Amino acid sequence: MDSTSSVLFLLGASHHTAPLAVREKLALDETRAAALATRLQATPGVREFALLNTCNRVEVYGVAASLESLAHLRAALAETTGCVPAELDGVLHLRQNHEAVGHLFAVAAGLDSQLVGETEILGQVKAAYDQALARRWTGPVLNRVFQKTFQTAKHIRTHTAIGAGQISVANVAVDLAGRIFGELATTRVLVVGAGEIGLKTVQAFQSRGATSITVASRTLARAEDAAATAGGWAASLAELPELLAAADIVTGSTAAPGFVLTRELVAAAMKRRAARPLFLIDLALPRDIDPAAAALPNVFLYNLDDLAGIARENLALREAEAAKGRAIVAERSAALWPQVARTLNPNAG
Amino acid sequence: MSSLPIDRALLWLGALLYLAGFLTGLVGLSRRQPAAGSRPLLNALLVGGWICQMAGLYVRGRAVGGCPLGNTFEIVQFVAWSAMVLYFFVGPIFRGSLLGLFTAGYAASLAIISLLIPPWDATHGQKIFGNNPWIELHAALAVFSYGVFGLLALTSLMHLLQNWSLKHKRLNGLFWFLPSVVQLDQINFRLLALGVLLLTFSLGVGAAWWVRDTASVDWPKLTVTLGVWFVYLVVWLLRWRTKLVAVRFAWVCLVMFLIALLSLGPVNSSRPHQGIPTPER
Repeated sequence: MDSTSSVLFLLGASHHTAPLAVREKLALDETRAAALATRLQATPGVREFALLNTCNRVEVYGVAASLESLAHLRAALAETTGCVPAELDGVLHLRQNHEAVGHLFAVAAGLDSQLVGETEILGQVKAAYDQALARRWTGPVLNRVFQKTFQTAKHIRTHTAIGAGQISVANVAVDLAGRIFGELATTRVLVVGAGEIGLKTVQAFQSRGATSITVASRTLARAEDAAATAGGWAASLAELPELLAAADIVTGSTAAPGFVLTRELVAAAMKRRAARPLFLIDLALPRDIDPAAAALPNVFLYNLDDLAGIARENLALREAEAAKGRAIVAERSAALWPQVARTLNPNAG
Repeated sequence: MSSLPIDRALLWLGALLYLAGFLTGLVGLSRRQPAAGSRPLLNALLVGGWICQMAGLYVRGRAVGGCPLGNTFEIVQFVAWSAMVLYFFVGPIFRGSLLGLFTAGYAASLAIISLLIPPWDATHGQKIFGNNPWIELHAALAVFSYGVFGLLALTSLMHLLQNWSLKHKRLNGLFWFLPSVVQLDQINFRLLALGVLLLTFSLGVGAAWWVRDTASVDWPKLTVTLGVWFVYLVVWLLRWRTKLVAVRFAWVCLVMFLIALLSLGPVNSSRPHQGIPTPER
């Protein structure tokens, strides 16, 4: 490439290149992001830019008059983040022209994320573009590239299964509850034990619409504290037979040495709950729920290993689907690049 | 070589479109994207198949001078057609196109098997409804209720698959697209209620005419039909009282339909009516 022709670039660092300690340094709060933007506006040769700043990546997408401008950009990044230039050399990655386009497509589609297929990144890319557009940091090149990015990300999400299946234990549990009950808004969640993992799982259920939460603990005072945190009711373990008969989803996370929910207790509850299924989630070690309860009709029991195994399977599936997504990225970025190149260097032969 | 009668040609076309729909759904499923890619095409194929099948049955009805329910072939075709009608009503509430896939496979199987067994269509009951529209309504409703029970068997099968996948922690592939256990249970209960209601109404209409001419209905048919109705009614009552729920309920619905379907042929062939060759169309 002629070093005097305009270049579309991406310069930044992500979880692929930078360890957590460096990413912490690079993370831009509002003030530092504004400072970097001001520097970029003043950097000679930088015509367009957009800042993508997430917990796992800081990336500058832009159009520069020549490759020389990128040296100024590196200096601006070092200054704004307080890193020494040598520290950045090992972690910054640079992509140019069609490779930069492909990278942005992959990032927006979740293909470059730490948890492949996560959806949050697309919103973050959109926010970054909206900010750049509103402040007139972008121009014809980046506008076109970002518009195509959103179309490509949507296409990949629709035509591959990279977003299929949950990949965290709490979300796997919520997903399973959806397969048993459909809508979770009318389900009643019983948390046995006031441990942190149980309460975190409850938060995941609440995020999917569950509103009826009861926390049962050996001491009522602990249950009340946990219930206040979770926004539910408190009960003691002595009430377990009644609570179990009324609940749809039960998480066990006590520190008890033996089973808190025995097969007999679950069987007795099932007789009182007509046709409603019961979803038991054992998050405790040692286990709180007798594994023999799984054999009861309409009872679905999952322990920590089961949930982690499903999360791993889902992640493996997403990785396999990511290959299809990357093929789409390669095809679409190659198709887009000639048009972008003409906009970038209209006078080039 | 004689050309294919127009009604059978249309019914073949309908059956092949159902089969194409089934294969489309399978391809979508193998790519884990039935909702995005294959659902519109699957539904288009099923609508096309259903229209062709209805046109074939219409031509047949014109030729026989009444509702085309005069032999096993026509009854089986009508059962497949009914199941498809119901799918168009209840299908949209399902995730992906899984019920469409199941219904397509079921309707294609019934339609193709009936077309491939010539004896089922060799003869045709002569004036089996005696030009009486009430008897035609009775027969049509009875067969339509079989369509409902057929769809119930499919959703029961889906319930069993979902239950198995959740119990055995095998959650990917086909199982990914199954509706929830609770939704399937509710759908099963409603379909059972609808089927029982239709069959009860059909039998009520039939009984009103039967008491005037008890010789008009042969005993094997009467016994089997009442037996099927009674068992379905008892199953509904047991489910209503929550004495028969979840997997057991699904198994009973599935097995009951297989028995009911298998009884159609023998019951139909036991008719004392003199069969005449199926009219030329």
